[in-house]
Amino acid sequence: MSQLDLRELHSTEFPVPADMQSNVAITSLSKIYNWSRRSSMWPMLFGLACCAIEMIATAASRYDTARFGMEVMRATPRQSDLMIVSGTVTKKMIVPIVRLYNQMPEPKYVLAMGACASGGGPFKEGYNVVSGIDQYVPVDVYVPGCPPTPQALLNGLIALQKRIDGQSLGNMDDVPWYGVGPSDPVPVPILGPDIIDPRQMEMIRAQAERAASGESYGTRELPAAAMDVIAPRTEAAARPAQAPAAAEVATDDPDRAEALRKREEALARKRARQAAQNLDS
Amino acid sequence: MADQTINSEALKTGDISAAVDYLKAQYPDAISDDTREGYNGIIIARDQLVEVARAMRDDLGFDYLSNAAAVDYLGIEDSMEMVYHAYRTSGGAALAFKAQTPRAQAEIPSLIEVWPGADFQEREAYDLHGIAFPGHPNLRRILLWDGFDGHPLRKDWQEAYYEEDHKPFESRWPKGFVRRAEELNIYGKNVKYPADLDLNSLADTSEESVYANMGLGVDVQQLDNGDELQTDKLVVNLGPHHPSTHGVFRMVVTLNGETVEKLEPVMGYLHRNHEKIGERNAWLHNMPFTDRLDYISSMSNNLGYALAVEQLLARGARYQPPTYRAEVVRVLMVELTRIVNHFWAIGFLLNDLGAFFTPALYAINERELILDFFEAVAGSRMMCNYMRFGGIYKDLPERIHAVANLVNDKMRDYDTMDYLVELINERIPRAVDQLDQYLTDSEIIRARTIGVGYLPKEMAIAYSAAGPLLRASGVSYDVRRADPYSIYPELDFDVAVRYNGDIYDRYLIRLDEMRESLRILRQLLPRLEVTHGEPIMPGGKQGPYMPRVPIGESYGHVENPKGELGYYVVSAGDAKGTQNPWRYHVRAPSFINLTALGQMCRGHKVADIVAILGSIDIVLGETDR
Amino acid sequence: MYGVGILKGLGVTIKHFIDTYVDDIRYAGRKYMRQENFEVRQGLKAQGAFTVQYPEEKIAVPERFRFVPFLIVDDADHPERPGHDWCTSCGICAKVCPPQCIWIVRGENPQTGRPIPEPEAFFIDIDICMNCGYCSEFCPFDAIKMDHDYELASYDRTGAHIHDKQKLSKPFSYWRTIAPTTAAEEAEARGGWEHTDVIKERKKAEAAAAKAAKAAAQAEQAEAAPEAEAQSEQDAEAAKAERLRKREAALARNRARKEQENQNDE
Repeated sequence: MSQLDLRELHSTEFPVPADMQSNVAITSLSKIYNWSRRSSMWPMLFGLACCAIEMIATAASRYDTARFGMEVMRATPRQSDLMIVSGTVTKKMIVPIVRLYNQMPEPKYVLAMGACASGGGPFKEGYNVVSGIDQYVPVDVYVPGCPPTPQALLNGLIALQKRIDGQSLGNMDDVPWYGVGPSDPVPVPILGPDIIDPRQMEMIRAQAERAASGESYGTRELPAAAMDVIAPRTEAAARPAQAPAAAEVATDDPDRAEALRKREEALARKRARQAAQNLDS
Repeated sequence: MADQTINSEALKTGDISAAVDYLKAQYPDAISDDTREGYNGIIIARDQLVEVARAMRDDLGFDYLSNAAAVDYLGIEDSMEMVYHAYRTSGGAALAFKAQTPRAQAEIPSLIEVWPGADFQEREAYDLHGIAFPGHPNLRRILLWDGFDGHPLRKDWQEAYYEEDHKPFESRWPKGFVRRAEELNIYGKNVKYPADLDLNSLADTSEESVYANMGLGVDVQQLDNGDELQTDKLVVNLGPHHPSTHGVFRMVVTLNGETVEKLEPVMGYLHRNHEKIGERNAWLHNMPFTDRLDYISSMSNNLGYALAVEQLLARGARYQPPTYRAEVVRVLMVELTRIVNHFWAIGFLLNDLGAFFTPALYAINERELILDFFEAVAGSRMMCNYMRFGGIYKDLPERIHAVANLVNDKMRDYDTMDYLVELINERIPRAVDQLDQYLTDSEIIRARTIGVGYLPKEMAIAYSAAGPLLRASGVSYDVRRADPYSIYPELDFDVAVRYNGDIYDRYLIRLDEMRESLRILRQLLPRLEVTHGEPIMPGGKQGPYMPRVPIGESYGHVENPKGELGYYVVSAGDAKGTQNPWRYHVRAPSFINLTALGQMCRGHKVADIVAILGSIDIVLGETDR
Repeated sequence: MYGVGILKGLGVTIKHFIDTYVDDIRYAGRKYMRQENFEVRQGLKAQGAFTVQYPEEKIAVPERFRFVPFLIVDDADHPERPGHDWCTSCGICAKVCPPQCIWIVRGENPQTGRPIPEPEAFFIDIDICMNCGYCSEFCPFDAIKMDHDYELASYDRTGAHIHDKQKLSKPFSYWRTIAPTTAAEEAEARGGWEHTDVIKERKKAEAAAAKAAKAAAQAEQAEAAPEAEAQSEQDAEAAKAERLRKREAALARNRARKEQENQNDE
């Protein structure tokens, strides 16, 4: 089967224009192929957070994904076609997720369920939260909502089925696993001082060098109008992660600066007093 | 001698001020009153903390350490503080005590030998605040990974998407410049590397310490003994991706054959920075975030937070307590939530015992009906966001109904009170009885659960276990009775207690609690009728969207379905005053109940681990926060 | 050894299986056809749980249901300000939003540079929105509401998941359709179905008209056209009735408050 060149399938007696070739003879085969694939989509048994509860509710009696051939939740990536990323993805969890994704056989699909999996959600600003699973693995369907109701998830699953319906066996971009072979595995992120994506190593290296030479790094050019508003804060955000010792906390906020200055003074007084006491004793 | 015993008996049940007086008499140098505005409790010199704590437990009867939270007072006092709340399992208010340490080289002696329940809480403070606890046998990071740069809950630590110290952010209005937060950070993955990061010597060390104490490798001693069958110990990971860990929880287990020798929980796979975000949010902003703690019982999470903040607000001049109608509706929602949670817990306990999904399907049928009610009242099935400071969001609607909006929408229309009456008097009791009938006498369940995961009474208290886990071990401690809140004092219900402390009793106690909840709900129905149409907020007005909360601290705790849920909040006067919490800490029952997991699993078979975990009933949103 | 337990367990499943057919017989085939049957099936009277055949039948969401927010604009056939935003860009929704997913650019008069009460731009990132409903709860102009349309699944988030003003804006009649009770409650609080500003304007205009009519009537008492007089009288009466109604309402509120206070005292 692996030797089969699919292009042979649509060499017909009739002269078919070149741009139509992949659409004519292969369509009925594609239809059967897509129908069978989308009607037996096995999701991975894999829940992350709040959305997982709604995913279970979707699989349960009232909404019942069995009607779409999706009730067989597989506990192993080797047997599953669909990864429903249901909930907040943390940096600690992205490592196993990428591994699981790499272990899934082709064709594989990813559905980002809920705001968190799509783009970080309400927890986006958090230090341990990945702002969207698509930063690491390719996503086919995004389902917004926090959490999406079971019906919204079903809507997303139907959208995925439609996407599969739109794929053609004749188009190698749609079915690369029969043509150029399986896709390359996604490099597994490394948990260093913060999460490190091996694909970005060069960029990180360049940034680290810039940081070492004292240049500002970490921010992208923004329109001037925006910079007026956020420039002071961006600078604050670009400061390196290890905060300087408490005494040196620089701040742009006048109130905070005032509070810090007062504290410094108080501390100085306290030290002086202690020194005096030490002398006395 | 006899005189002294009587005296000590009196001390063990006396009020807090008597206890404080006793401690002051015993340790005059170590103890001082916390005289800061809005604070209470005592401050204990840290070098005598362990001694004083032991006296509290042994002489004064404070056997239950509920909460241990770290606070960073940078910019106010330049110190860090551990705040502890100890209770008596016989009931009564908390004895709050604190220990202070300078920020640089923060160190506070560990209380783990007095209250083993402090274990995870101290590790959390070490992880997120960088406070060291000399005396702690296993002081490692618990929520973040080893090698993570910095201690995030320190006030001078900022993450990559940091915009400002406090919400609302100024960039949103009036010149709201629209950008994705990724644009602030060139990596687009909200990461930030220290300036001295050496990429050449980069190594992932996050897993090393996980296996450090697990006894990897071959036992040479045993190899020498040639008579017996040679077996190696095996270290097995369950999770973080595992069908029976109730989320992204991980257990590293050392197995001898099939017998568990050591079990170490590894968590933090859902650590989504609840507390850091909570300290930046305004007070009201945190309410919908509490929904996402224990996402199966969002209503009762709301209540705990509302109680904690109301305690602070009550110090203000113009505070009005919640109206009676609001309290009735609150208790209605909380008890329905308890039923939802216990259905879920029992259903998925069966899942863990190997009866895959079918029993769970039957158990969560009725849940859908309750969620329909939540959706009609609060607007969302799970993330209810229903309580407000001083009341609730909206009164119950007259009818539960809908209007067609989408293609193929099918309408339903019920009278709210009829729906509730039917639900409480017919549907739920029937489902509870059915579960009871199917499961309680099932020989498989009895064989798998009786005597498994035994947690003795003394240990349950020492490990700060809470909720059904504690009560199944024979401790009749329920916050609704021990330290009553809302309208629970006027309601007639019993605290369910079982005495065997195994999985079977934890299952039975959930059935008991559902029945007690139904008893409460039946008492609420006439109250709902009587209070119909009364205001749900004091004065009938909507509360302010940015309430100013008086300076001070408070600890509000409620009996959540999973155990005692507490919120420790501090309002401090900093730059933006009292608009945002200075500290927002959650005492999560799922987190602290896991302290005893390793103990309970030792000596059992590997298949029992998931059942024991299922009987504790954890939710990862709350465990990792 | 566990044989009996397993058989019992299977018996439970068989019982549930058969029960559904028994229920079918009870409804005698009409079960899946009629609207009322759906209500019974998905309500408390049903035996067991029934599957919603999702794309063919959907459970309509209740009025208070919240999904992502939308902005209310006046209908296209509004007499005074068709398609006008209800939003006055006061910024309260952006401030009260817990995850801060709302960005508003306040409108400015290009000549004077003074702020005008309508937003120039309005963005909501629905990948951050947590559907909490605070924006609609605290909006003083009832201009932002939570939508009921949950079918938003898309293949791309960069384009589809930041809702701009055009995508957010929906006519007021839509809100009245999806949440009739809530919309009526809010209209009552505002004093009319229109936006607060329109109501104020109208009241002002009415007051001015009444004043003018009164003045005119006083000036030419004798020659006044009977129709005009009747008209102005009607206006005056309406205004009087309105005042009386308001007074009644205020008194009722007073009474309620006093009762409340008394109860509190007790």
